[in-house]
Amino acid sequence: MAEAGLTSTDFERIEQSAAIQAITRPSLSYWQDAWIRLKDNRRALYSLYLIIALLMFTIAGPWVWRIDPGAQDVDQISQPPGTDRKATVVEPFVPWDGTTLIDTGTGLRLAQPATTQAVRIQWDPLTSTGTYRVYRNIFPLGEERAFGLPLAEVSGSDGLYFEDRLDLRPGTYHYAVVVLDEFGGPGERFETLEVELTRVITVYEALAKGLVASTNDIRIGDEVKLALHPFGTDYLGRDMLARLMAGAGVSLFIGIFAPFLYVLLGVVYGATAGFIGGRTDQGLMRFADFVVALPFLLFMILFKIVFGIGPGESGIMPMLLALVILAWPATARLVRGQILQIREEGYISACRLLGAKTTYLVVRHMIPNTMGVILVTLTFAVPSAIFTEAFLSFIGMGVAPPTPSWGSMCNEGLKTMLTYPHELVFPALFISITVLAFNLLGDGLRDALDARMRSRE
Amino acid sequence: MSDITSSEDGFTRTAGRQLALFFLMAIGGVAALMWVLSIAASLTSSGTTTSQAVDAETGTVTIAFTTEPPQLDSTLATDMQSGMVLGHVMEGLLTYDANNEIAPGVAERWEIGENDATFWLREDARWSDGETVTAHDFVFAWRTALDPKRASEYAFILYPIKNAEAVNTGKLPLDALGAQAVDDRTLTVQFERPLAYFDKLVAFTTYLPVRQDFFENTDGKYGADADKLLYNGPFMMTSWVHGASLRMDKNPHYWNRDKVKLNTINVGYITPDPNARLNLFKDNNIALSGLTAENLPSALENRWQIHRFVDGSVFFIEFNHREDRVTRNLNLRKAMLLAQDSAELVYKVTKIPGYLPGASLFPTWLMGVDKPLREEYPANLPRMDLELARRHLDLAKRELGVDQIPPLTFLTGDNPISNIQSEYFQAVFKKNLGLDVKIDKQIFKQRLAKMTSGDFDLVLAGWGPDYNDPLTFGDLFASWNLNNRGRYANPELDRQVRIAQSSLDPKTRMDAFGQIQQILIDDAVIIPNYERGSVYVTHPHVKGVLRRVIGADVDYTRAWIDTGA
Amino acid sequence: MWRYTLKRLIQGVITVWFIATATFFAMHNVPGDPLANDKAVTEEIRANLEAKYGLDRPIGEQYAIYMKNLVRGDFGISFTQQNREVNDIIKEHFPISATLGILAVIFAALGGVLWGALTALYRNKLPDIIIMFLVILGISVPSFVFAGLGQLALVNLNDLLGQSILPVAGWGTVSHMLVPSLVLGLGTMAYLTRLMRSSMLEVISADYIRTAKAKGLPATRIFTRHQLRNAILPVITVLGPAIAAITTGGFVVEMVFAIPGLGRYFVQAVQQLDYTVIMGTTVFYGAFLVFMVIVVDLVYGLVDPRVRLE
Repeated sequence: MAEAGLTSTDFERIEQSAAIQAITRPSLSYWQDAWIRLKDNRRALYSLYLIIALLMFTIAGPWVWRIDPGAQDVDQISQPPGTDRKATVVEPFVPWDGTTLIDTGTGLRLAQPATTQAVRIQWDPLTSTGTYRVYRNIFPLGEERAFGLPLAEVSGSDGLYFEDRLDLRPGTYHYAVVVLDEFGGPGERFETLEVELTRVITVYEALAKGLVASTNDIRIGDEVKLALHPFGTDYLGRDMLARLMAGAGVSLFIGIFAPFLYVLLGVVYGATAGFIGGRTDQGLMRFADFVVALPFLLFMILFKIVFGIGPGESGIMPMLLALVILAWPATARLVRGQILQIREEGYISACRLLGAKTTYLVVRHMIPNTMGVILVTLTFAVPSAIFTEAFLSFIGMGVAPPTPSWGSMCNEGLKTMLTYPHELVFPALFISITVLAFNLLGDGLRDALDARMRSRE
Repeated sequence: MSDITSSEDGFTRTAGRQLALFFLMAIGGVAALMWVLSIAASLTSSGTTTSQAVDAETGTVTIAFTTEPPQLDSTLATDMQSGMVLGHVMEGLLTYDANNEIAPGVAERWEIGENDATFWLREDARWSDGETVTAHDFVFAWRTALDPKRASEYAFILYPIKNAEAVNTGKLPLDALGAQAVDDRTLTVQFERPLAYFDKLVAFTTYLPVRQDFFENTDGKYGADADKLLYNGPFMMTSWVHGASLRMDKNPHYWNRDKVKLNTINVGYITPDPNARLNLFKDNNIALSGLTAENLPSALENRWQIHRFVDGSVFFIEFNHREDRVTRNLNLRKAMLLAQDSAELVYKVTKIPGYLPGASLFPTWLMGVDKPLREEYPANLPRMDLELARRHLDLAKRELGVDQIPPLTFLTGDNPISNIQSEYFQAVFKKNLGLDVKIDKQIFKQRLAKMTSGDFDLVLAGWGPDYNDPLTFGDLFASWNLNNRGRYANPELDRQVRIAQSSLDPKTRMDAFGQIQQILIDDAVIIPNYERGSVYVTHPHVKGVLRRVIGADVDYTRAWIDTGA
Repeated sequence: MWRYTLKRLIQGVITVWFIATATFFAMHNVPGDPLANDKAVTEEIRANLEAKYGLDRPIGEQYAIYMKNLVRGDFGISFTQQNREVNDIIKEHFPISATLGILAVIFAALGGVLWGALTALYRNKLPDIIIMFLVILGISVPSFVFAGLGQLALVNLNDLLGQSILPVAGWGTVSHMLVPSLVLGLGTMAYLTRLMRSSMLEVISADYIRTAKAKGLPATRIFTRHQLRNAILPVITVLGPAIAAITTGGFVVEMVFAIPGLGRYFVQAVQQLDYTVIMGTTVFYGAFLVFMVIVVDLVYGLVDPRVRLE
């Protein structure tokens, strides 16, 4: 053993003088990396903002726009946005017996100024005995002799009058009284009258609607402004904006919460199956296969009627339940596949060798590694849940009235599509925007989170 | 670099050309496939053929149904659509004429006494296979309808015939029924009790004839298809493609064939969607279309002639009068009756010109002794009066011993009109009385189950006439009537119903109906909503289309085509 | 291959049994009374009706009878259309739904593949931008809105031309089929276009394409044999579920266009609680879907040689 010439000083620790190597990039966790990728994806980012805005609309909206979505106003039914809101205050309505007159002219004439409360007309007999049909049109009579809406038949030889109260709106109406022929059809003799209607309101109504504070504030003949409805009103005169907010609550609740629940169920189910493996796995997955095979929409409808909707209930819960029961297996399959794959990875075996416990494995490795896939699934599940709700509402199996949802509003709006398009356009727009935003966010998330599923754009 | 780019461009161009080729191939392929499919479709079923609404040359009128008849066995039929078709392809002993008066049908003359009736059948009444319609066919039909095994839901309408109820409940054999074919052309009927309106009953669907040998040869599928039915009416069904179309051609064996001017009634479309029907009308595919409040403006814009028709049914909110219900309280019912205005509902909410604001259980079209019943016995339904309503409500609360009326369950159906109506009333009762109303929207059969079991406080109900006599409405709230779903029971009303049932004097009967109307108002048994009506447009060349409150509606049997040329 | 097919078929039969059982018990737990009608009936008539439909027996026995009839392919008699067999209803109306569905799937698949390929080829150029905008519309607008608008467009088109080019509703000829099946396939087409586009983009930059180009293969051959064929594979995998979605999702289109398909019957039957029709339709659809998925899987094995059926 020869001395190597080493002294104890040779074994002294060298002081670390300076950074040996500068780290050029900060170390990034999976989520940080994903967030950066997502931020770079402009479409996904805007979608995210849009979704946040929609949630704000749903949650904060009712605090800002404090109109009761259920408050009806039969005097402002189906009004498009931007309708003139001026109304003149008049006396309350009293039935008319045809005797009180203002105008004593001849021919077809107004008995009183025409208002949206009532149009009272009277005319002199055109024939000695006869039945007249009263028509109302929004156009002047053309040569095709289409008189318009038949309102009533009036017969008699003296003191002929008619009071029209049917769905009166401010504007011009063309009335016609036609002598009926022997077959009961419109005959050759008729008279027409053009009438200009003004919007009116009674003191009582103005008070009840909160347009004025007390009776002393208004007098007959004053002009008041009716309530503002920026998005118009629906078929019962309810505020569309308020209903869209309330409907957003229902649609987004079903759209987000139901996928959350069934994805959660799917994750637990799939993870259990994948982790335990063997027979249990086989059995569990076979059952999932059965559920997948159930025709989705048919069973949605079936379950909806099986669960039923009790009096006063909105029907949200049965729909939620039906969705969860039917939609979980897709996620379960996906997660199981992921877990099976991860289980075979080298680092898991390494972990096991180092004595890691199952809980540690699940919490530290399995869940984070499947999280991306789950999140993407969740995002894509939202649009389909929203569509399902809308579809069910469309065929009349959705939420129960008076609860609004975008789907049921669309269903109502579709009926008035030609006349009052705003009742369809707004809810349909909201559905489309939401579905679009979630789809684009889903794309973005997939690109950001999951290298394998990354699409090439 | 530029070289690579240009080769890339070249590749894109070539690939683009290739793709264009594929596009053309795809279009060609799809076109060929559709052609094949349409041939296959036409082989399996005739389906709808694109046709004009009115074809003057062939005498064909094309129309649309909202739903199809479930089946056309007259002994089982319950719905309006079956009634419409059967009214065209069948004829009973008596029928209604153009003015809705009773007219001879298969019977050329008849005598109705207090306790019996005799019908003499015409010699030339024929089935569509050429055989004579005999009195036996009627007796067979009525026995079949009453056969307990067949469980016909409309068997009750035969109950005025002697022993009918006992036969229907299985207490007596089928041949105990009080109706006999004396010979082929004479039919006698005995009544259970004196009866004033048998002529009107006999015009009803369940009283139509069925021929025994044909019925027994259909293997239980009588009325399920066009060839599973034998016809004796002005028309006969020549094809029935379920869910799609139904075709009725003129019956060459019909005794009154000279009066039938149309050759074919072609039900080319079956769709419940009013917008689809309107579109079909606009496109000149169908000759008649109903209008909803929503598509009235579009009808006006098209400058169509619009017609109006009151269809005979009344709609109302029925209270639950069972022991355990708060709606048993008269003051609560009165408060609710006074707190709403059916005129507002009709003029502002339903918005259809044909609707009349409801005032009574008895609709305006029913005839009294000489004039309409409602003119002879005006319904003095109180007008909306919120102050009085609130006073009644306070009384009700005191009587019930509560500070606040518990939430009321409001049972409704799932059709659009009842949706709107229930939402409207919910808001009205909340606003005017501070009452909480919970809407219980149920699909048809679930609603009926709840109505039968009494699981409601209020229910949106309606009633349509079966025969042209006020009794068809008048006995609805008799304590024994199963359709009295709210179980209203009032001995005085029952007494009046019995008078109306068995008296033969018109005045006495109409007085009874007047009394019934008054009791219903005084006792606030129902809240009348409206008399239903409809507005519709017809093709200008089709004339003589009849709308009926009772019997086949829409009635084309007397229609003709007039092109004006 | 044969063993695999057989195995899948047996699994399919068990699945159908599961569907039938689930439907049966779901149906018998529905609140409401399938025998109720507008006019109330007496106890006696009700009892007779119950006997007629076998509803008076204990549920276990009903189940046994139902299963026995099911094996024989007999779904019973409709409750609402009292003299009609459910088998007849299916026989008459399913071909219509199927025709509509098949056409829609074909439209969706062809359109999806071709538009997808086109957008990938002209990536970020005008055709791509236009088509992708339409695709986004197709994905985010509910089908019933499309159906309503489609019919409206037809009316206006016919109005404009002064004659009926395409009928607005009904069924029977080619002209009846075109627009409804397009509307029905629209959503799926949009989805498949997106899928095809991204899969095509992936393929375009793949190494073997570069190799093929370098090798000097003709452009048409590279495009059709290498790019299209490989890019189509993901589209085929989702075709099975797409068929399912389209054939059962035809309700809306059938309702709007007055097409007498089975979907419309199902919705009607549900509203009427027509037990036999509901069960018959559900089981039949279920069996059909199970079968379709098996077929798609087998086809996939044929198209993609990399997949071995196991």
